[in-house]
Amino acid sequence: MKCRKCGDKAVLNMRQHKLALCKAHFPEWIVEQTQRFIEKYHMFSRQERVLVAVSGGKDSLSLWDILWQLGYQADGLYIGLGIDGGIGYSSESQRLAEKFAQQRDLRLTVVSVPDEYGETIPHIAQRTTRGKDKACAVCGLTKRHIMNRISREGGHDVLVTGHNLDDEAAVLFGNTLNWIGGYLLRQGPVLAARQGMVRKAKPLCRFYEREMAAYALVQGIEYIYEECPYSMGSKSIYYKELLNKLEDERPGAKLNFYLSFLQAKEKGLFATPQDGQDGEGQFGAGGELLSLCPTCGQPTTAPGECAFCRMVQSVAH
Amino acid sequence: MTDSARIILRDKEYHVKAGMTVRHALKKIGVDPQAVLATRGGELITEDIILRANDVIKLIAVISGGQA
Repeated sequence: MKCRKCGDKAVLNMRQHKLALCKAHFPEWIVEQTQRFIEKYHMFSRQERVLVAVSGGKDSLSLWDILWQLGYQADGLYIGLGIDGGIGYSSESQRLAEKFAQQRDLRLTVVSVPDEYGETIPHIAQRTTRGKDKACAVCGLTKRHIMNRISREGGHDVLVTGHNLDDEAAVLFGNTLNWIGGYLLRQGPVLAARQGMVRKAKPLCRFYEREMAAYALVQGIEYIYEECPYSMGSKSIYYKELLNKLEDERPGAKLNFYLSFLQAKEKGLFATPQDGQDGEGQFGAGGELLSLCPTCGQPTTAPGECAFCRMVQSVAH
Repeated sequence: MTDSARIILRDKEYHVKAGMTVRHALKKIGVDPQAVLATRGGELITEDIILRANDVIKLIAVISGGQA
């Protein structure tokens, strides 16, 4: 298969776009398209300060690399979760994130959950009802809290994550299966800032997961290849596998699923009676009014302390 | 010399007949082509590449999960 731009040997064929590109033109295309998505969805401007949530994986490191190439003011945040899983998962992913930042002379903030909160994510999961021995729920809550806190403390205008289209399609699939209207309302390339909550954006939301892996490979980005030991058997992976089966038979099915959803949302299909907008006002995922946590100042759906602060207090005793 | 090619995914190794495409070989061994990238000699290759005898194809798994 030949590169559509130069006729050289292609390294990746993107069937959904009917586009094959070589190792020189593929990364160029990814960078150009990312800039296009940043503009199309009004994610952020060159004058704004961006914080990239970096896990040491292919998506987040590739995202940071792309933003760096595009000349954005992008700092990184690595959150140490204290996950070992017999493979030194957290320590290795931190090493790779630090190496990446050092090679490009980028600023990386490291927050260690065990150092700051006294327990690793797996230990918190074992000791809380939220976790019920499932670390992912605790991990998600903790990361969202810390990402927002560090963004605000550092004066960043926007927090960006490396969610790719497969991530977004899997979340959409799960929320659609259960018709979770509040989450559907809030899903999108950008989530506007609210009181106590920084703006969030997902510049890679239209790239397939294999495109991001290919980008990391072609660019020589060293990333943690091993999966988080706690993600084995997760629903998100199961949904991705189902969607990939569909994609294999019908190229473009995943992209169409996500883009059609965004179009439907834009047309007002998911508007709530409360705000009639796009769910980005002072309302939570279920349309409920948000208040601010008296301990950390971040938004919470119930009066009093937020879920994160309650969880931290419960393990401290 | 054999007329087969080797396909490696993590700690698993498969032997397939040379002469078929990467895509066909992946289907044959039950690997979803959407879930992997194929490399030969450290270089990415597309699914239409025809496997040669003694080729060693390393697959890179691309799916990651968990809660963001």
